[in-house]
Amino acid sequence: MSMKIGNQPFFERVEKNLKDPYMRQAMASVQDRLRGRKLSATVNDESLVDWEMWRNAGEEIRTHTLNHLDVYLEQLSDNFAARGGHVFFAETAEEARLYIQELVKKKKAKNVVKAKSMVTEEIGLNEALEDIGCQVLETDLAEYILQVDDHDRPSHIVVPALHKNREQIRDIFHEKMGYTKTEKPEELTAFAREQLRNSFLEAEVGITGCNFAVAESGSIVLVTNEGNANMVTTIPDTVITVMGMERIVPSWEELDILVTLLCRSAIGQKLTTYITGFSPELEEDSLDSPKDYHLVIVDNGRSNALGTEFQPVLHCIRCAACVNVCPVYRHIGGHSYGSIYQGPIGAVLSPILGGYETYGELPYASSLCGACTETCPVKIPLHELLIRHRERYVNGVGHPKTGEKMMMGLFGIGASTPTLFQMATKMAPWMLGPFAEDGRVTKGPGPLKPWTEIRDLPAPSKDNFRKWFKQHKNSNSEGGADS
Amino acid sequence: MMKVSLFVTCLCEMFYADVAKDVVEVLERLGCEVDFPTGQVCCGQPAYNSGYRKDAIKAAKQMIKAFEGADYVVSPSGSCAAMFKEYPAIFAADPVMKEKARQLAAKTYEFTQFIVDVLKVEDVGASFPVKATYHTSCHMTRLLGVTEAPFKLLKHVRGLELVPLSNSYDCCGFGGTFSVKMVPISEQMADEKIRHIEETEAEVLIGADNGCLMHIGGRLNRLGKPIRVMHIAQVLNHRGEGGEPYVDEDRKSTVL
Repeated sequence: MSMKIGNQPFFERVEKNLKDPYMRQAMASVQDRLRGRKLSATVNDESLVDWEMWRNAGEEIRTHTLNHLDVYLEQLSDNFAARGGHVFFAETAEEARLYIQELVKKKKAKNVVKAKSMVTEEIGLNEALEDIGCQVLETDLAEYILQVDDHDRPSHIVVPALHKNREQIRDIFHEKMGYTKTEKPEELTAFAREQLRNSFLEAEVGITGCNFAVAESGSIVLVTNEGNANMVTTIPDTVITVMGMERIVPSWEELDILVTLLCRSAIGQKLTTYITGFSPELEEDSLDSPKDYHLVIVDNGRSNALGTEFQPVLHCIRCAACVNVCPVYRHIGGHSYGSIYQGPIGAVLSPILGGYETYGELPYASSLCGACTETCPVKIPLHELLIRHRERYVNGVGHPKTGEKMMMGLFGIGASTPTLFQMATKMAPWMLGPFAEDGRVTKGPGPLKPWTEIRDLPAPSKDNFRKWFKQHKNSNSEGGADS
Repeated sequence: MMKVSLFVTCLCEMFYADVAKDVVEVLERLGCEVDFPTGQVCCGQPAYNSGYRKDAIKAAKQMIKAFEGADYVVSPSGSCAAMFKEYPAIFAADPVMKEKARQLAAKTYEFTQFIVDVLKVEDVGASFPVKATYHTSCHMTRLLGVTEAPFKLLKHVRGLELVPLSNSYDCCGFGGTFSVKMVPISEQMADEKIRHIEETEAEVLIGADNGCLMHIGGRLNRLGKPIRVMHIAQVLNHRGEGGEPYVDEDRKSTVL
């Protein structure tokens, strides 16, 4: 498994998901609930004085960090290594997988426990480890549910099992694990906890993702609510943290601001239950540090965006605030995007990491309403980046329909030539006249067909506005009534 | 007398000439001298948002030329006005055009924004006794930042009962070419918007952007829902005790 979800074409995925009433109801109610919570923890929280100020600071920190990424990556890796850790830069997903496979083999490890991580999902790490005979266990509750359900895929970057309700979870646990209790969240959680506890104790290797890496001290910071990540990093002798190469902050001071932005934007929490910063402290007498700590820094296409107009997408701190306000995501759900990165951020990021061949439709799956840009805590101009993608797509990297290209060409000519433009306006009523009935067109010809598939089109105004305006001005200047 | 150049927008000119007439009459009644630069075309947004930047630039150049002599440019669409604001970024590599684009952007206003912020008028003397709800358009609120003006104007319309629309911040699913490229998604977005409109039990849906109104109105029609859809200029041009429309008897008072 990797970044990609399924092999169906985009519109088939959309159609399938639009017919899933539970998923749709869940998406809408989650969005509606989160909106209020996020607002009270951000713009309406007076203790922050001015949320915009925080956003500006977030944008500044991220822009600065990405502009000096090489410097901070070196600093991070030096400091991490100075404390006894090992750092590996993986240019591709494959390099990352191979390094981790080799390491696990060397440790003769069979049991791997994992904390929630999108980047390991992106590089297809679980399968790679299963291929060499490891048992890999997801310990984040939502990821655990997905894993138990025959490796279902995440539909949201923060809440990966958002598309399942508690009854479905009860049934999955029952069918796969012999669970016999009810759909009460407390009972479901207690059951999962019981299953996970022994695995933690048996695991030889723990793998985590990374919310932020602090360059000045060579530390990794995890922002979680369940505490499982702390088990993953404290019990096994070997710990591997996998991070996207952009997930870095210069110092703890900047971390403070970004964690504030992340927790409040993600689910309207002032702080999550656990915010853990840890570094390799490989001293003899250290009780709770791993004996061996590895940091795998993954590029996997991220440098495609560096130094380009797409660089701001690397500012993302994975809060999913944009997903939570996206009216398109609201209806089609996460799996329609065909990528583990969904919603507006997914539509911008997926083509950069995975190419237009696979993700070419995603930049068009947005009405450009700008809700994403408005909410983003680090001010990524998401809807503008979607337009930049469309520009690249029509200029050769994608395969736009020839008809569309021709139409836009004609548009360019018509729109730059006032006489042609006026002719089009005058001709429209005549051209569409035969299709109109009672002032509306219900079956439009040619390019109007997709419009009238689901809605009526008004018949073009017969009365030419320019003509009216001229007469109107004349009658005004003749002293006519300004009625 | 304030001189105003009307940027009518291609959609309004082609489909809603009657809305354009109301815009002209409301502005004149508020003391403006309205002119109509005949060199105006489409703002280029459909091409620009679809990735056809070069074709959009042609339209932008023509528009900059057409409105060069204007004091104020006023448009009955927040989305098209926002496109003018985007011009300087489009010409970022051409300092001469960029400066011209900046000047155009600086004098461009959406219709309600112009009335409230420039003319400093909130009561235009309209009367329209119906129960209505208002659709906030995304580009007008988020890109242009006009959030209060339409409500200030509608508050002073005599007899008008304005019911708040829930989930008003969610896009209606128009999105320009999105509406024809992503039909099944656009349809679901429209239908949810319509469910919320129905919850208000309003007779009339008012909006300030013809694109959204054409989409929602077209879908309402297709579904056979009897809710009337009006541009805010049509509402503001209703006057008299009973909310009589216009002198022009043939004029349509709804958008579809």
